[in-house]
Amino acid sequence: MAVLTTSNLTLAYGKEPIIDDLNLQIPKGKITVLIGSNGCGKSTLLRSMARLLTPKDGHVLLNGKDVAKRSTKQVAKELAILPQGPIAPEGLTVLQLVKQGRFPYQSWLQQWSQEDEKAVMNALRATNLIPFMETPVDSLSGGQRQRAWIAMTLAQGTETILLDEPTTYLDMTHQIEILDLLFELNEKEKRTIVMVLHDLNLACRYAHHIVAIQDKTVYAEGAPEEIMNEQLVADVFQMSSTVIPDPVFGTPMCIPYGKGRVVRHVNTPQYA
Amino acid sequence: MRKYWVLQRKSFSFLIDKKTTVSIIALTFAAIVAMLISIGVGDMYIAPWDVFQALMGTGLDINQLIITEFRLPRVLVAFIAGSSLALSGAILQGIIRNPLASPDMIGITGGAGFAAVAFLTMFSDDSNNLLLSINYLPLFAFGGATIVAFLIYALAWKDGVTPIRLILIGIGLMALLQALTTLMMLIGPIYRASQATIWLTGTVYGTSWNEVKALLPWFLGILPILVLLVRRLNIQGFGDDLTKGAGISVHRERFLLLMVCTALAGSAVAFAGAMGFVGLIGPHIARRISGSSFGGLLPASALIGGIMVVLADLAGRTLFSPLEVPAGVFTAAIGAPYFIYLLFKNQ
Repeated sequence: MAVLTTSNLTLAYGKEPIIDDLNLQIPKGKITVLIGSNGCGKSTLLRSMARLLTPKDGHVLLNGKDVAKRSTKQVAKELAILPQGPIAPEGLTVLQLVKQGRFPYQSWLQQWSQEDEKAVMNALRATNLIPFMETPVDSLSGGQRQRAWIAMTLAQGTETILLDEPTTYLDMTHQIEILDLLFELNEKEKRTIVMVLHDLNLACRYAHHIVAIQDKTVYAEGAPEEIMNEQLVADVFQMSSTVIPDPVFGTPMCIPYGKGRVVRHVNTPQYA
Repeated sequence: MRKYWVLQRKSFSFLIDKKTTVSIIALTFAAIVAMLISIGVGDMYIAPWDVFQALMGTGLDINQLIITEFRLPRVLVAFIAGSSLALSGAILQGIIRNPLASPDMIGITGGAGFAAVAFLTMFSDDSNNLLLSINYLPLFAFGGATIVAFLIYALAWKDGVTPIRLILIGIGLMALLQALTTLMMLIGPIYRASQATIWLTGTVYGTSWNEVKALLPWFLGILPILVLLVRRLNIQGFGDDLTKGAGISVHRERFLLLMVCTALAGSAVAFAGAMGFVGLIGPHIARRISGSSFGGLLPASALIGGIMVVLADLAGRTLFSPLEVPAGVFTAAIGAPYFIYLLFKNQ
């Protein structure tokens, strides 16, 4: 079952297409990760799936219906997107931020219904932000801040959540913390998560489904353990590497070649 | 939720921040006191309580005459102009997402200034008589502001209008308008140049009920629109992608808000001159007092802006008496130290 489908989708900012005639299906209730080199169009694709970018040609279907033809407020109840590096207005508190996730459900007279309150409190709880409710977003640490934005998208109460590089600029601990949070959301609440990630190894560990974008279209898609190999990395990222199973998780792990120190006598697969 | 009042009924529900509510009530009192004092101070001093009685219609006849005929309209225009400018600035800072945005920054005030100076110099004959009644000046100023606002929007348009293009085009136009205004003043008669300078500084000198009658409908007409738009303004601050993601058509909304800004700033400038600084600093002071959420920020900005201009006018009338200094000279003098104090205190 596909929650998001693109049919003959062509995306372009100017004349030159970035994504050309793409037919893609995003599986429901899974974590899908888009990978690809810088500028390959993965963020553009994500944005178009969230109707932030109008396709030059083709359609994006959300639960079988064309997003461009539906009321944008209605779409906002089914799909939330967290863009890359969002910035909160100065002095805005975490609660004020997360509350905005409820916008599609509110009206002038209904600004804080019981459902709103429940959804916001649940989102704050899931992201461990209850103690920071009244803290201005700009005085939080990077990891907390990203959690606040994720809480806002959670409060939107959508089946599907799209995230554009949610772990960029975070240190390793906070990257894992964010990915664990998303993983749990998917496990417990069966929400569909689609995100762009740069770290291949984390992508392979957390994704059920990987979509590798190259040359304006999908190069390969499928479970990481099925599609991830040296050839893919070479074609998609123009980089030679060795792909081995992660010694702890068993998911594919990509070791890029390059310069650096080599310590030969350690018991690892030999290369080059 | 101790910091909030939660109202949840079947037909309506609100979350009201206690601290913000209290600070807005306090600001309202401060505004009333500032106006009472400003009405009372002048050639003939009238104590605030007597002012209050006169306004209620139970004071001395002489007080009543001075207050209702001369001082009240002036203070009202000062307050409304200041409120409008600060509101306009608060909205602009929200839609442009830049704390430096204000109607004087992106050329809206500049458009009004140019139109007013053009009016003063073009319609004056060799013996310094105006060929058109001075009563048309506000119309010209308002027209100038509106034309510039449309021009900014049209020039910034490129598959929609992004905040950064809006502000860059605005700054470009402002520089151009300033140059043209200076040129106009230099080639025009010297007498008009000094009149124009006073206007460009911003003054509420000689305002009567006519000005109040012209200004008030704009102000009261726009307030309900703002009340309706508050929720949308809040989410606009998060950027275009998140705004669209929440189900708002960003460009239509942005155009609407820009028009509201123009109507507010244009009407204020038309009657009180190109008063600077209020639109920039008013919202900043308000943000430190009531927080960043527009539900509190807009009323707080309106009150702060009003108080700033009322006090600036009071200072202008009294400090160098019998000489009258335009209020615009003092808006910065009143606002800046307070703003710096707030920044300092919050560190």
